[in-house]
Amino acid sequence: MSKIKCKCGHENPFGTVLCEKCGRPLTEEAKQSEVVDMRYEGSARRSQTYKRSIIDKIWNFFSSVKIGVSIIIAVLATSAIGTLFPQKFYVPVQTPEDLLAYYERLYGFIGTLYYKLGFYDMYNSWWFKVLIGMLGTSIIIASVDRVFPLYKSLKRQRTKRHPSFMKRQRIYGEGTALTPDLSLEKAEEKLKEMKYNVKKEDGAVLAEKNRFSRWGPYVNHTGLIIFLFGILLRGIPGFYVDDTMWIREGELRSIPGAPDYYLKSNQFIMEMYTKEEADEVFGKALDRVGSIVKNYQTDVSLYKKKEDGLPGSTDMEFVKDYSIIVNKPLKFDGYNIFQMDYRLNELKSMKMKLIEKETGDSFGEFTIDLDDPKGVYELENGATVNLIGYYADYAGVENGEPVSKSPVPNNPAFIFDMRTPEKPQGEKSFVAIQQTLETEENAYQVKFVSADTRHISGLTIRKDKTLYILLLGGIIFMIGVIQGSYWNHRRIWVQKGNDGNLLVAAHTNKNWFSLKKELESVKDYAGLPKYVDRRDTDIESEQEEGEK
Amino acid sequence: MAKPDKKRSRLIFRGVVLLLLASAILFSIFSKDKVKVLEVGDKAPDFELVDTEGNVHRLSDFKGQGVFLNFWGTWCPPCKKEMPYIEDQYKAFSKKGVHVMSVNIAESKLKVDSFREQYGLTFPVVIDKTRDVRDLYNVVPLPTTFLIDKDGKIVKIIKQEMSEEEIISLMESVLPQ
Repeated sequence: MSKIKCKCGHENPFGTVLCEKCGRPLTEEAKQSEVVDMRYEGSARRSQTYKRSIIDKIWNFFSSVKIGVSIIIAVLATSAIGTLFPQKFYVPVQTPEDLLAYYERLYGFIGTLYYKLGFYDMYNSWWFKVLIGMLGTSIIIASVDRVFPLYKSLKRQRTKRHPSFMKRQRIYGEGTALTPDLSLEKAEEKLKEMKYNVKKEDGAVLAEKNRFSRWGPYVNHTGLIIFLFGILLRGIPGFYVDDTMWIREGELRSIPGAPDYYLKSNQFIMEMYTKEEADEVFGKALDRVGSIVKNYQTDVSLYKKKEDGLPGSTDMEFVKDYSIIVNKPLKFDGYNIFQMDYRLNELKSMKMKLIEKETGDSFGEFTIDLDDPKGVYELENGATVNLIGYYADYAGVENGEPVSKSPVPNNPAFIFDMRTPEKPQGEKSFVAIQQTLETEENAYQVKFVSADTRHISGLTIRKDKTLYILLLGGIIFMIGVIQGSYWNHRRIWVQKGNDGNLLVAAHTNKNWFSLKKELESVKDYAGLPKYVDRRDTDIESEQEEGEK
Repeated sequence: MAKPDKKRSRLIFRGVVLLLLASAILFSIFSKDKVKVLEVGDKAPDFELVDTEGNVHRLSDFKGQGVFLNFWGTWCPPCKKEMPYIEDQYKAFSKKGVHVMSVNIAESKLKVDSFREQYGLTFPVVIDKTRDVRDLYNVVPLPTTFLIDKDGKIVKIIKQEMSEEEIISLMESVLPQ
């Protein structure tokens, strides 16, 4: 790796465009150009210095802005593709075959392709994660490669530059001044008044302001990296929980994702607006749709396992009662439990009575708790009903045996053994909803009287320890954006030329108009030579015409 | 002479940064679960549940023995199918030091009792009323079976129905010798 030696004697690293010391153009391209590219102050990007080992090659790959932009485009394109059809998470089927069938049925050939290419679970796919990882890598490496050389060259910059540097600035002027020294002094005074930092050296003035705005992009990148880091932390157990649970009124169960905690639902409440209370606001809507929900609420009790208790133990301590309503979650130990969903009127218990078929005389009523049925129900006048079979979700008979397809009492069925003083050996009957089967004609019958129902609450359990990291990343990102957008790094060079001439040059990273306005007032005050903006074609042509 | 040193330290710096970034990417790909999921080789967490007769059973009671930990429901057809095999092998293996821990998920005592009676089960059946142990062991499909050796380590996790031969070989795998 060879150094580039400038005419002024300074040795610059390989890849330097403008001499670090005097500002002379070093490359052929820069020498021939009329206006030099001031990005990174013409300093060498670190990665340009050498290309030897594999590590350097990888580093150089990620350091390239072209590669960075390509990665961003790839991320944008694939993210967009992922929104075309619903992701796996939102599809109500589970197995791969069902998924394929689902996409095929709804979206035809494109749907099949979508599934085959793995877009159905894109944001969790390994290649999408690799892409995001490459983006992060590119941001870090490209920033590191640029920010240090830029910092160094801005810190080291000389006040006095070589005329060839001045000449290649976008804003440049040259001319005789009657009193060059006085002009310099006055320029300095005016620039200070406009809050420039002014440095002087051997008949040269460098005025600079808002250099910090140059760090905007790097601050912004730091914010992005912190954000990505926060997302990464979500993969560590304990940092991020997003789970759901269904809980019935009266049920006590462990909270998924929150070990050692138990929740009991005391009640689910759904309230509607009444015409009287909401006539003013919702009157018309109420007339149109009938009813509007005012409140979804689950009243719960939170329990915690005792310090030395084992999982499964019923030895737990009460923590608190709480009413979870929408957007008002139950909070404990970093967890939030939100009201998300509900199901109304699941069967809870059934009230039955035993009657004599002929007379319709009743032996009294009994209630079967569908969660915890009892084996024997004692009735009046010496009659008992034995529950010898219970099928919570009756789904027909298989191999001569009634079967239940789930433990949920969606369609309860019972086999009763009815014992009365008349028939002490008992009569058996199978009772399901709207159906009674007897092996032989019975004298007695268990009849359905009424049912009690309960509601089920759908709750979401959330915990996100990364939230503050994401917030911090977001804030830093915004600071970087503001820093780089609302301030501009402006520099004005004024120096004495060879034969009593004055040279003026100026540079900014954006908002040239304001720079020129400021320079104009300095020029008028200090009597500096006329200057031109060589990228502003209108003025250029005007001036050319004027000069002719 | 400072130059080669500088070059080398730069190379090390770059290597370390790239390595860190690469491992971050790999981590994000392989960290699928947001909660700790039990795996083969992990220590089986202890728990305590009550059986249908009111006796408390703890997993740690069987320290030094193999444990066949089976999660099931009365409504689940494959659970019913494998239950007689488990019963037979329980009889064969319990004297040799392999214990059956049968965990029903939150069903009623009546239902579990009549099931036990119907299948003639002689091993104790505990009921996980709060689904606490199910969550602890991340059990999703039923039946799910864990084989735990005499040191309390999980040797195998089976998330489907088992044949009698499989049950025999599984129980043999946790014989405490």
